[in-house]
Amino acid sequence: MLEIKDLHVKLADEDKEILKGLSLRVPSGEVHAIMGPNGSGKSTMSYVLSGKDGYEVTSGSATLDGADLLEMEPEERAAAGLFLAFQYPVEIPGVGNMTFLRTAVNSQRKLRGEEELSAAEFLKLVRTRAKSLKIDADMLKRPVNVGFSGGEKKRNEILQMAMLEPKMCILDETDSGLDVDAMKLVAEGVNALRDGKRSFLVITHYQRLLDHIKPDVVHIMADGRIIKTGGPELALEVEHNGYADLLAEVA
Amino acid sequence: MTSMEKVAKAPKVKEGVDQETVDAVQSVGEKYKYGFETDIEMDFAPKGLNEDIVRLISKKNEEPEWMLEWRLQAFARWQQMEEPDWAMVNYPEIDFQDIYYYARPKSMEEKPKSLDDVDPKLLATYEKLGIPLKEQMILAGVEGADQTPADGRIEGQAEGRKVAVDAVFDSVSVGTTFKEELARAGVIFCSISEAIREHPDLVRKYLGSVVPQSDNYYATLNSAVFSDGSFVYIPPGVRCPMELSTYFRINAENTGQFERTLIIADKGSYVSYLEGCTAPKRDTAQLHAAVVELVIMEDAEIKYSTVQNWFPGDEEGKGGIYNFVTKRADCRGDRAKVMWTQVETGSAVTWKYPSCILRGDDSQGEFYSIAITNNMQQADTGTKMIHLGKNTRSRIVSKGISAGRAQNTYRGLVSMHPRAKNSRNYTQCDSLLIGDKCGAHTVPYIEVRNNSSRVEHEATTSKVDDEQLFYCRSRGMNEEEALALIVNGFAKEVLQALPMEFAMEAQSLVAISLEGSVG
Repeated sequence: MLEIKDLHVKLADEDKEILKGLSLRVPSGEVHAIMGPNGSGKSTMSYVLSGKDGYEVTSGSATLDGADLLEMEPEERAAAGLFLAFQYPVEIPGVGNMTFLRTAVNSQRKLRGEEELSAAEFLKLVRTRAKSLKIDADMLKRPVNVGFSGGEKKRNEILQMAMLEPKMCILDETDSGLDVDAMKLVAEGVNALRDGKRSFLVITHYQRLLDHIKPDVVHIMADGRIIKTGGPELALEVEHNGYADLLAEVA
Repeated sequence: MTSMEKVAKAPKVKEGVDQETVDAVQSVGEKYKYGFETDIEMDFAPKGLNEDIVRLISKKNEEPEWMLEWRLQAFARWQQMEEPDWAMVNYPEIDFQDIYYYARPKSMEEKPKSLDDVDPKLLATYEKLGIPLKEQMILAGVEGADQTPADGRIEGQAEGRKVAVDAVFDSVSVGTTFKEELARAGVIFCSISEAIREHPDLVRKYLGSVVPQSDNYYATLNSAVFSDGSFVYIPPGVRCPMELSTYFRINAENTGQFERTLIIADKGSYVSYLEGCTAPKRDTAQLHAAVVELVIMEDAEIKYSTVQNWFPGDEEGKGGIYNFVTKRADCRGDRAKVMWTQVETGSAVTWKYPSCILRGDDSQGEFYSIAITNNMQQADTGTKMIHLGKNTRSRIVSKGISAGRAQNTYRGLVSMHPRAKNSRNYTQCDSLLIGDKCGAHTVPYIEVRNNSSRVEHEATTSKVDDEQLFYCRSRGMNEEEALALIVNGFAKEVLQALPMEFAMEAQSLVAISLEGSVG
């Protein structure tokens, strides 16, 4: 379970508060969606949770199954089971996708004190997972995200997710820049990873992704905190009416 | 004084290459894993340089008169030369009279009968260098050790793969392995001092024919005082049955190492040669001025790979090796091929330009280089491609990586002579910066003196990006694993040009030499 309590975060370099008392609970096995207008702090939240530099937590807490995330290095958070699917996955020239995946998987296993996967074990696993996500072998050989189309990049994120088997997945606007078919493929990938225990936090602007990844709970975020929480119908409401009414309600 | 270091296990081949990089970072606690010193009784010549020292070196090596004459000639020239200062490197003036020009482990004076008689410290040194026991015995000069076939070569090698090793400890070659097996193929692989005694005709014919005595200050110095090195001759039509390898190690303090390597690939032959270098940690800088000459005849091919890991000095720039090396290959016959691959991670100062003279028509020269500088290291390195023959081809791929406060310069010459019609060169020169206090410089010289040749030059400079590092870390890699992965990706084209086992060693080295450069 991911639990965020009254989290206040400012930019490290300037005196600008971005998260202003964010509280959120995602119990295990559930899929939550976060929607909100631009600049409401959604991406900041995902970065702060995964440990990116440049932010300062001034108060509040964030835990994953009771473990204090904010005390950990980014790689320790990953090993503890947190995964962020990036809005803009980074390109790493010269590093084969397969190499990257294997290094990541084994780094996490080492951090958890588990035995590393042998080359053969890894190869078997990656082939199975890639196949189930309809990712062809060619994409595994290419350098990480270099020359990938928007859809390929997002599917690659889902492949990483499938390989790393996290407890808690945050998807940061995974649907942005995708056409309908690509979005469906990505959603199928995510759905295939729903197993009743794994939790998801889906950040999105649009209801349409939630047609494919059905959330249990929808949160509306604005100005650095959750202003409303409800069922899937809340997303439809936003789709029809925009955020104005909701924002007016709080104000 | 030697208790702190860890013995580095040679990586396993069958495991994934990149994992090794990562393991290496974790397993090597010390920043410079070869920084051990071996406390062995040494036989030194007195410090400083004069004619007597030159005579002494010649005498110690039991050299014939012609060799001594050659050395004295070089020495006379050297005294009239001045140290070059055009490279983009700064270092305190070297007092050439404050250096030992000859040092030799005392235990080499008599051949040990068994491993028990070998100075255990010498053996420990080999072990630390990752040379397996069988090779250790041979290198230590145990009588008869090279008579029995040995299995399980250097740990972690692919099955059936053999590497013959020549080890040079300070000034002296302490032993060469697999001589018998090589001799059956007609290959001569021995120390150059032995070659001078046993194969004087070959040595006289080729020594100094690629790098003349008077070539440059350091090469001339080397010609006067070189104490040992390796000699290889591959007869016509022979494909050398195994990789040949030399380990150079500077051990004694205030000692210069001046090795000389001469490799001759006769018509239609092939050899792949590996060179590895280490030195202990010292507060004072040590001088290394080597000369490597490659002669490649018609249809012959030499691949020469170097992993240079001399002590780079500490974080403040104290100590380390001054590496002033002249390496040159002469493609004398038509269709001759040479490929230099270097991974330069060590040395405080590097001044090195492995070059190719493409004399024969249709001859080819390739240069693949990774130069990593961290902390206060300085490297001025590159290549020269001299196109003399028709339809000659050359390719340069240089990857410079700079971290800390280091300065990294690529300096290269591509020269197309009038007769070199229809020749081509492709140069790719990439620099990667880590942090904001280091420098990368590219100094290409291009001369084209005919109308039918083509020269291409591409250069890029990039920085290791925080976004890339964070992306890797969010997937579970620590900062150093992430950096190693990114840098190895950057240098991939060169790493791929190395022989398998060297590629892995090099990947680990990349990781190790960049330790402490982030965060």
